[in-house]
Amino acid sequence: METSFAITGKGYVIVAADTTAARSIVKMKTDEDKIKTLSEHLVMAYSGEPGDTLQFAEYVSRNIRLYAIRNLYALRPAAAAAWIRRALATSLRSRKPYSVNLLLGGYDETEHAPKLYWVDYLGTMDEVPFAAHGYGSYFALSLLDRYHDPSASLEEGLATLKRCIDEVSKRLVVSPGTYKVKIVDKDGVREVEL
Amino acid sequence: MNTFVQRFSTTGALSEARKAKALAADDEEFSDAAWGSEAGFGNIANGVPTFAVPAVPDPSAFLRLHTDDHADPSCRIKIQHGTTTLAFRYKGGVIVAVDSRATAGSYIASGTVKKVIEINPYLLGTMAGGAADCQYWETYLGIHCRLHELRNRERISVSAASKYLSNLVYSYKGMGLSMGTMICGWDKTGPAVFYVDSDGTRLKGDLFSVGSGSTHAYGVLDQGYHWDLSDEEAQELGRRSIYAAGHRDAFSGNTCNLYHIKQDGWHFLGNFDISKMHYEGPGDVPGSFGKGYGYDIRVEGRSSANPPPAAPTTTVTA
Repeated sequence: METSFAITGKGYVIVAADTTAARSIVKMKTDEDKIKTLSEHLVMAYSGEPGDTLQFAEYVSRNIRLYAIRNLYALRPAAAAAWIRRALATSLRSRKPYSVNLLLGGYDETEHAPKLYWVDYLGTMDEVPFAAHGYGSYFALSLLDRYHDPSASLEEGLATLKRCIDEVSKRLVVSPGTYKVKIVDKDGVREVEL
Repeated sequence: MNTFVQRFSTTGALSEARKAKALAADDEEFSDAAWGSEAGFGNIANGVPTFAVPAVPDPSAFLRLHTDDHADPSCRIKIQHGTTTLAFRYKGGVIVAVDSRATAGSYIASGTVKKVIEINPYLLGTMAGGAADCQYWETYLGIHCRLHELRNRERISVSAASKYLSNLVYSYKGMGLSMGTMICGWDKTGPAVFYVDSDGTRLKGDLFSVGSGSTHAYGVLDQGYHWDLSDEEAQELGRRSIYAAGHRDAFSGNTCNLYHIKQDGWHFLGNFDISKMHYEGPGDVPGSFGKGYGYDIRVEGRSSANPPPAAPTTTVTA
């Protein structure tokens, strides 16, 4: 089952999502990137109903880009998150709502602080120090309650993420095999191999 | 007169004979029809006890009709389901930790349930699933463990005890029993933990967690576990894992009961309030860090903000 994690640390946010695209009991693809880079300092991990996920992610990314072109500066993470949540909330009351769960990780250059938002398909949003979606959250959240440190260095943060991934691999029956990991900090977005 | 006295006396040859007869009749409860031979298992291979069932054409359908079902929240009997229990084996023995919440649907029926059943001074059983099923059958298991001792002049092994329970619940398979239990103890082979459930599964292992909160407990337990844990570390790990489940799972909580099994049998280490552990920690006990387990308390004063170092202020001296 689809699983995604995100954790903040000293000056960064790490977002990780599994890379499997499944249909019924079949893995159709095992290297799908489910983390979209929305702007220089903002990424979004998406999961949920196949089809909805990509459509919604594209819709969001184009609109965030349009705002940056029109206004010559990008939305800050808090504002982008609010706009995205509103898009989901509006969609929920439409004839065919998007069933998409999101993790938004960004770096606020004005506040010099990482930002992480947990958003679900109902339009619930919360700013959190760590977050997870999918079955993996049942194992990872208690683990992060115990091990997460908001002032951890990047190495420590990646080690904590590794703990989450290992725990889910160990205990979840339908655990995903590989994850894509992206870091957002003052220098922008970059991908790392775990 | 003499025969009259004899008939109602509690001592004497006649009454002894009568008692023996009654005992033999008790043993008749056990039908050995299910077993081809006793295969050297002696008294524990007496088959399983027969049991009176409701006088209806299909007893299990009858039970299903009146018990907790996803389809029918207004059923007559609600069975306790939500729980967190854990047990693990390490170099210093076995740690058993459980929560104390009983729920009936969305209602917290009790916050002071004893989910560890003390079978005898060397054996503990944990309780998840149907409270009545666990309590009744584990007490029943205790009776047979004692009978084993009397008949063989030797304590029953954890393996044999758990197999007795597993065979027993398997004989009721499909009739609506609901239990997920860990039989833990110390025998000739050292510390032992067996997982037994009402499907008939029986697993030997080092570390188990059972119940709706088990995933949350595993998250903490797996990461902190290794064979060479000290007693203090092991006790703290058991407590911390039940706290994690009590914190994250709505169907677990209230308090944590902690047991430690060593060579000389089990020891009850205490009852810990989960809210109190969240804000203040477990108190002055071995392994405690003397601080609340809650995230906000644990990371108090730490921040993820990363402001650039302030520009050095230059002062011009005249």
